[in-house]
Amino acid sequence: MVQLSDAVATASTPEPLALPGDGLRERVVQQLRDVLGEGLVDSLVKPGDDVWVRVRPEAWRAAGFALRDVVGCQHFSFLSAIDWMPSPFGRGEDDPTAPPPERSTEVRHGYTGGDARFQVFARVTNLVEHFGVTIKADVPAGENGDLVVDSWLSVYAGANWHEREAHEMFGIRFAGHPDLRNMYLPTEFEGHPLRKDFPLLARMVKPWPGIVDVEPLPGGDDPNDGTTSGTTSGTTGDTEEGGE
Amino acid sequence: MVAADLPYWAQSLLRVLGGTVAVLLPAGTIVYLFLFKMMSFMQSRLGPMEAGPYGSMQLFAEVGKWLQKEDIQPELADKRIFKIAPLIVLVSTFILVAVVPFGPDAWFTNFETGVFYALAVSSVSVLGILIAGWSSANKYSLLGGLRAAGQLIAYELPMVLAVIGVVIQAGTLNLQGIVVSQNAGSMFGWDGLGNPYILTQFVGFLVFMISVQAELTQTPFDMPIAESELVSGYMTEYSGFRFLIFFIAEFANVGVFTLIASILFLGGWGIPFSWFGWTSVDSIDNWMNVVGPLIMVTKMIVLSFIVMWVRFSYPRLREDQLQRFAWKVLIPVSLVNIMITAVLKVMF
Amino acid sequence: MTDLVDRQKLSYIAAQAADARLNVELETEGMTLNIGPQHPATHGTLRIIVRLDGEQVVWADPSAGYMHRGYEKLTEVRTFPQVTSLINRIDWLGSFANEVPFILAAEKLMGVEAPPRAQWIRTILFELSRIANVSLFLGDLGVQLGAITPVFMAFRDREYVLNLIESATGGRFHPNFDRIGGLKDDLPKGWILETRQVMKKLRNFCDEIENLLFGNAIFQIRTRGIGIIPKEVALQYGLSGANLRASGVDWDLRRDQKIPLAYDKIDFKVWTHPDGDSFARCWIRLQETREATLIVDKLLDGLPAGPVMAKVPRIIKVPEGEAYVSTENPLGEMGYYVVSQGDLGPFRVKIRTASFNNISIVPWVLRGVFVPDVITILASLYFILGDIDK
Repeated sequence: MVQLSDAVATASTPEPLALPGDGLRERVVQQLRDVLGEGLVDSLVKPGDDVWVRVRPEAWRAAGFALRDVVGCQHFSFLSAIDWMPSPFGRGEDDPTAPPPERSTEVRHGYTGGDARFQVFARVTNLVEHFGVTIKADVPAGENGDLVVDSWLSVYAGANWHEREAHEMFGIRFAGHPDLRNMYLPTEFEGHPLRKDFPLLARMVKPWPGIVDVEPLPGGDDPNDGTTSGTTSGTTGDTEEGGE
Repeated sequence: MVAADLPYWAQSLLRVLGGTVAVLLPAGTIVYLFLFKMMSFMQSRLGPMEAGPYGSMQLFAEVGKWLQKEDIQPELADKRIFKIAPLIVLVSTFILVAVVPFGPDAWFTNFETGVFYALAVSSVSVLGILIAGWSSANKYSLLGGLRAAGQLIAYELPMVLAVIGVVIQAGTLNLQGIVVSQNAGSMFGWDGLGNPYILTQFVGFLVFMISVQAELTQTPFDMPIAESELVSGYMTEYSGFRFLIFFIAEFANVGVFTLIASILFLGGWGIPFSWFGWTSVDSIDNWMNVVGPLIMVTKMIVLSFIVMWVRFSYPRLREDQLQRFAWKVLIPVSLVNIMITAVLKVMF
Repeated sequence: MTDLVDRQKLSYIAAQAADARLNVELETEGMTLNIGPQHPATHGTLRIIVRLDGEQVVWADPSAGYMHRGYEKLTEVRTFPQVTSLINRIDWLGSFANEVPFILAAEKLMGVEAPPRAQWIRTILFELSRIANVSLFLGDLGVQLGAITPVFMAFRDREYVLNLIESATGGRFHPNFDRIGGLKDDLPKGWILETRQVMKKLRNFCDEIENLLFGNAIFQIRTRGIGIIPKEVALQYGLSGANLRASGVDWDLRRDQKIPLAYDKIDFKVWTHPDGDSFARCWIRLQETREATLIVDKLLDGLPAGPVMAKVPRIIKVPEGEAYVSTENPLGEMGYYVVSQGDLGPFRVKIRTASFNNISIVPWVLRGVFVPDVITILASLYFILGDIDK
């Protein structure tokens, strides 16, 4: 842990222990491999920058303990999930009246690869040696399609809300979490909004003005001739401001 | 005796009018002078400026606004009690002002035991607040009402004890008598200033003013209202006219309590009798009945300035800290004060 | 430190006792109190359900989501430059600070670095939004405790800072000024001189608040020893910013990470406090506001000349990759985990906001405290609804 200073204010700018190009992040991977063995699937180290590791879903909680106790990442930053399937709706800029265009459905995973459509990932920070670790795990669909992974609640108490959020947004169940109520959405809400196949309705019911808002050249032919009329008025209602 | 020359109905009418003025005028003055203007200047803003010159008519605009508003009653409220609660609070102010003497003959009633009466009826408002909190059927109101009850009862005691010092020194429970004994008195044989009890009873004065601050539920003792915790405490469900009554009662109470404080500790309406060679209350010139109230109002404004100043600058205590302060600090201090006063009274 | 933990244990025992009393028949009946969603103390629409025994909290459960705007979903249908106008609205008191980490993440993926002048101006604006944000906290703190005067001072002096931000960026609350590769524009003429004067005023304001509020005995007894968060717990819950430093953890992302901002070019102090109570959190913020004004002054001294925009393609496509960049925002660590698949827009953006973590500790820290302390603890944790709900 950080040395607690007795004085109220501490002098600033001690040299960070993590220096660029160090063996520090490789050490993290090595330590995790020592603990988890086969549980560690893949890793990626960008020297002096960041480190990613991917563990087997069974090793998810063990990896959490290893990160906390062995690697020394005491500080919990966040936990979330990611849906690697490309969105069938693209970026929501299709004309809703036209038939949907063909899109690639090939799943391309990010760093450290993956085998499943869903991954949970979390980031924890080592405050002593000044580095963060991003850890991922596949969430394979079980029989009848439910996604389950171990909860990190016993590792980091702060994972509580993050897992609730991931549960409602992705439909991933965290085994061992006592209270997976919805955080944001009404209890009876159906669907998991951050899944890629969940349509963003604001973009579905009305053409996105970014596409149709093409100002005609003065004197030139107006190809739309006011028929689409989706010009500047097409606010989608999802960008409302937070009041003071 | 001016009043003795009038028929009884005229006296009664005068008293009613005078009582109304004595309640509403201080309230209006305090609201405009302190709540609107002084607070604004302390907070680097101008305050109301539109209604009348320097916003002086703002008060009437506010009253007009409140009178127009809908009188909302919660469905589950105990309606009858809910309606009379603000009136009880306001009435306690009126019956309190009844004992305040404004001049040698300008008084409403002249009880022999005026101090006793004043302290007794000042706690009637607790009832109003408590039933307002209970009958609103609102949890915030309930918490506010209970807090108010606890607080007002706790601070009643140091207030009474602080006054006892004055009573011992004056040798009378009559408020008029206390005024006379201050102005006719002398300090070590010098009677140029009379003997205002703020000098001899300074500890009592401090305890009294702190208790008054708490009785009036002004910050730092405003937990019953505590707008950041309890929304508006016992007043949460009140709107329009009834809220206005609470509002008037709050500031009228400030006025009346500071009037009483100025009587007890600052010499009330009087000026030192030695200046004009008066010896007793009967020998005072008749013009004092006009000047006396002005002197009273001046003293009231000074004291309520202090009350408001504290209100605008202090954060709020917590309920248990407030109780601890009353029982562990104020009451022992005022008891010691009574003891010392009594000993000195016997010795000299 | 040990006695503080003991205190926390005591309050936990008190909560247990209160709990036990609730279960005894015919003795007391607990009361469930909804603080919020519309309540003067919740800065928006946070709802906290507290179970009371008398005025003591048996348990508390914050319920967020009344302002959820779905930014993580919305970012997926926008291009990289468009995202900044969304994320401006996350922490609406210090908007510019929201843009910076996202732009830095995008730049990191693209391998672009903003020119030095842009980095310095970014840092200056970043600190200005910290001042605009935290100065309001300092005033609002008074209101939560019943002192009504500080908040007007805060609004008065915050106005100067907002004017500065407006004259530099064109937007008072939502600048939307940061671009991938630099900034939209250079600073206007005379801005630097004015900024120095405003920083002097803000330091004055800090002194005023310190005298009026922090020196007040009532303020001290209301906040000292209340809502203690030991550092182990703070780390577990992922607290960040002033809340973490108030628990004695010496961690500041401005200093402790390599980031293309100008923080490493100047010397500044990171304030910590060993107590971990409400007072410590408020005190740290006061010191940080003052420190931020000094940082701005120092940055203005060394502001380099040069362009404010690097060469970036007109249509920005971010190469495939993942990056997490976080900065020390006014509320704490704010980071964006950006996943790009070589498209015009991000594939997934995970927004790590500070208040989300900071508020998730509320059920833990509110056990066994009194209702008035609920308010002071919430105020001292300092959250902004947009920052919780995203």
